[in-house]
Amino acid sequence: MFAFAYHRPRSLADAVGLLGAHEEAKPLAGGQTLIATLKQRLAAPGDLVDLAAVPELRAIALEDGRLVVGAMARHADVAASPLVRASLPALAALAGLIGDPAVRNRGTLGGSLANNDPSADYPAACLALAATIVTNRREIAAADFFTGLFETVLEPDEIVVRVMFPLGGEGAYAKFPNPASRYAMAGVFVWRGAGGSGEELVRVAVTGAGQGGVFRWAEAEAALAADFSAAALEPLGLPAEDMIEDIHGSGAYRAHLAGVMARRAVTRMAGAG
Amino acid sequence: MQDSSFRDSSLQEDSVSKAIALTVNGSPVSTTVDVRTLLVQLLRDQLALTGTHVGCDTSQCGACTVHVDGEAVKACAVLAVQADGGEVLTIEGLARGGALHPMQDAFREHHGLQCGFCTPGMILAGMDMVRRHGHELDERTVRTELEGNICRCTGYHNIVRAIIAGARAMAAGPAVAAAE
Ligand SMILES: Cc1cc2nc3c(=O)[nH]c(=O)nc-3n(C[C@H](O)[C@H](O)[C@H](O)COP(=O)(O)OP(=O)(O)OC[C@H]3O[C@@H](n4cnc5c(N)ncnc54)[C@H](O)[C@@H]3O)c2cc1C
Ligand code: FES
Ligand code: FES
Repeated sequence: MFAFAYHRPRSLADAVGLLGAHEEAKPLAGGQTLIATLKQRLAAPGDLVDLAAVPELRAIALEDGRLVVGAMARHADVAASPLVRASLPALAALAGLIGDPAVRNRGTLGGSLANNDPSADYPAACLALAATIVTNRREIAAADFFTGLFETVLEPDEIVVRVMFPLGGEGAYAKFPNPASRYAMAGVFVWRGAGGSGEELVRVAVTGAGQGGVFRWAEAEAALAADFSAAALEPLGLPAEDMIEDIHGSGAYRAHLAGVMARRAVTRMAGAG
Repeated sequence: MQDSSFRDSSLQEDSVSKAIALTVNGSPVSTTVDVRTLLVQLLRDQLALTGTHVGCDTSQCGACTVHVDGEAVKACAVLAVQADGGEVLTIEGLARGGALHPMQDAFREHHGLQCGFCTPGMILAGMDMVRRHGHELDERTVRTELEGNICRCTGYHNIVRAIIAGARAMAAGPAVAAAE
């Protein structure tokens, strides 16, 4: 690791102040990605601002018909939260599929979103559920938040404070984990519910597969809006040349896998309904 | 004695040190660390608690699993300064006097190890399963929960048996209250 200074502020204002005061400062959440990055010398922040002692970042609550999850809520907290399990069971289930128990005891929602790993799970939930990401400065629709591989619209001194998930409708997440890392080889979050004027709406978000990171699969959404069944997805195919190609699988493999995961998610919902 | 594979002696001139105070296996520890020090390095290199192992460079093997404030974490993915003020439990803190912790004893009884490299992490991960799922664990739960702990020797069968038995024994054994 390159050398850095370490800070543990006790309020959000202090954390924001520290990030603004130091040119090369970075927030530290659970460290489940950042520490590995530091070890490999892929990042060289001059200052780490640990968010662990900022009290307001951890809460999980229902507010105005939305589920509000603090940025420092750990995957284990979200997976076990009775509130999340009752109001958005697919989100609790997704959190329980991230990594392994020790990773879930440290890794956080805010860290996962800020990192925007193309194989991370939460970005798919945020897109499919049309979540709003709240920072110390503004509210950002999930559709505008993720801008590419490991890229988001966050400014260097901007902190994710909480994420608001609208309630209503029904969702399911199907994931094919890489057997070694547990990251998604393909993960598909399907949501079905009512749009603004009461019309039936379907959103399908795919992670783990696309070269540009998480994306909405428009053809699948249109097919499911017309006929909400796994069979409706059968004729569709994602372009293999747009999918991630690495030692774990080819683009064609990932395109196929994303289709399988989408059908599994739909089957689970149709079965449950 | 084995050395942690993460030791990084370059750029010492820029290093920032910080005084930390934590509890390790029930005893207070006050020390000064380079802020880059990983928890596993503090345990192994400074405190000579070498029962916590380092098996990978990617936080995937679980050999370094310890408890911080009662919860299993990978000590290679936590900075020592993040554990400042916390309570750390390692494999060395489980036995009471000459008596093994029930989870340790179950690994011996069910032959849940061969070379033993993964075993400290397996035992601390097993105890974390009990914390979250209670004392009656089924095989499927244990196998799923072990996704972050890799064993290259046993084929897992006896590890799974040991954790199921250890979890039950923890309900009965007085060592549980002492250790947790
Ligand atoms: C073995 C292993 C398996 C994993 N498997 C999966 C998996 O299956 N699926 C999955 O989705 N992920 C997986 N992960 C990643 C895990 O979910 C991490 O929790 C996640 O990537 C972010 O880590 P963190 O919350 O600890 O944040 P950190 O590592 O502390 O930070 C990550 C980045 O986000 C920034 N950041 C953190 N918090 C904030 C904030 N509030 N506001 C602004 N910026 C912030 C940091 O500066 C840093 O750049 C895995 C990790 C490991 C080690
Ligand atoms: S050494 Fe920590 S997980 Fe492998
Ligand atoms: S007993 Fe050798 S690695 Fe598990």
